[in-house]
Amino acid sequence: MCLGIPGKVVSIEGDDPLYKMGKIDFGGIIKEISVAYVPEVEIGQYVIVHAGFAISVIDEDEANQIFEYLKEMGEMADLAEAAETSQSANPS
Amino acid sequence: MKYLDEYRDPEAAQQFVQAINKIITRPWAIMEICGGQTHTIIKYGIDELLPDKLRLIHGPGCPVCVTSTAVIDKALEIASRPEVIFCSFGDMLRVPGSEHDLFSVKASGGDVRVVYSPLDAVKLARENPQREVVFFAIGFETTAPANAMAAHHAKHEGLKNFSLLVSHVMAPPAMDVILSAPRCQVQGFLAAGHVCTVMGTTEYDPLAERHKTPIVITGFEPLDMLQGIYMCIKQLEEGRYEVENQYVRSVRREGNPAAIKIIQDVFRVVDRTWRGLGEIPSSGLGLRDEYAEYDAENRFGSAADLDSQESPECISGQILQGFKKPHECSAFGVRCTPERPLGAPMVSAEGACSVYYRYRRLSASSK
Repeated sequence: MCLGIPGKVVSIEGDDPLYKMGKIDFGGIIKEISVAYVPEVEIGQYVIVHAGFAISVIDEDEANQIFEYLKEMGEMADLAEAAETSQSANPS
Repeated sequence: MKYLDEYRDPEAAQQFVQAINKIITRPWAIMEICGGQTHTIIKYGIDELLPDKLRLIHGPGCPVCVTSTAVIDKALEIASRPEVIFCSFGDMLRVPGSEHDLFSVKASGGDVRVVYSPLDAVKLARENPQREVVFFAIGFETTAPANAMAAHHAKHEGLKNFSLLVSHVMAPPAMDVILSAPRCQVQGFLAAGHVCTVMGTTEYDPLAERHKTPIVITGFEPLDMLQGIYMCIKQLEEGRYEVENQYVRSVRREGNPAAIKIIQDVFRVVDRTWRGLGEIPSSGLGLRDEYAEYDAENRFGSAADLDSQESPECISGQILQGFKKPHECSAFGVRCTPERPLGAPMVSAEGACSVYYRYRRLSASSK
């Protein structure tokens, strides 16, 4: 039920802020979605849509965080391993 | 699709699994509160990739599963009225009430319609002024902005033939109940990313503090789940209990202020009965007095007046609190299937029983 699908904002229509609708592209399927809850959204940005409403604008910088986290985790593990090897190689 | 496919990358998933294996030193039990996350875990077999030391417990975050039988019975009664167009999210149609479900009301001639958005129901009310249009407003905080906006539009336009049968629930009070239970086995929580997209993260600070339990707000794709699990285990291993946000691409600390404002304009906090769990104080949302005329229970009578009965064989309460897994139920896959469900967790795509039935092909006899 709490499913949210990411889609790209193609157009925004309407002046009344609580009735504002947008055309959202979900990988080729276009749907009319309320954008009343994302007043800051601009055409070309991605939103998360639930039950006909955009509930957030996807933060493009933060979207990569997970891969940076993985990379850092890998580097930390390499460092730890390197530290272990140098310790065992050098008992003093 | 952008922002979906990259979070399903098997190589990155393997890296997270290895990282989890590296840091885990003893047995831990983590609950994912949200049914959408249970779906991801079982569909992608994430639990089978993880070390045996880690146990994932499936939580009650499926609104279809926790809507009380009395409210379902009320929905069936309203939907059976000839003047009513009854609108619902599709998942609710097969949920059993005391005797039957919305599908059978539809089969007997009731005008039951599945809508994608609550605004579709408002549109039906505009187009059918001679009919009573009732929308079944269920959901967690994620769905509250959509349902609140439907009420707001109806009031703004002065629609007289639109009402909502409201059974909204909230995640933090349920997490509090689970963590307070004497038999509680949950040591860490994955909180629901879309609930927090709407409400923000501040409600979780006192929960983490009071129960000394780490809470990681987590997204719904396989990599999100694996990172959330990793972050949660890391906290457990280091003896920390903080609120951390894995789902940073969507969740901000303050939530969605525009959505929170409409929710607060339309709804107020009420006590709510959860199917399988019983009444939880201050765990639901109901319409404010200003919206009383849009309350279907004011128009068609209160659900509390009905004498509703659960299936005596269904153990959904134990499933929803993580005390039992679906295939440990004697009716699972035998007397209870998605086609003929005894209880709601076998109905919804996010119900633990239905997810196990679809993806695990376990039956009560194969356990």
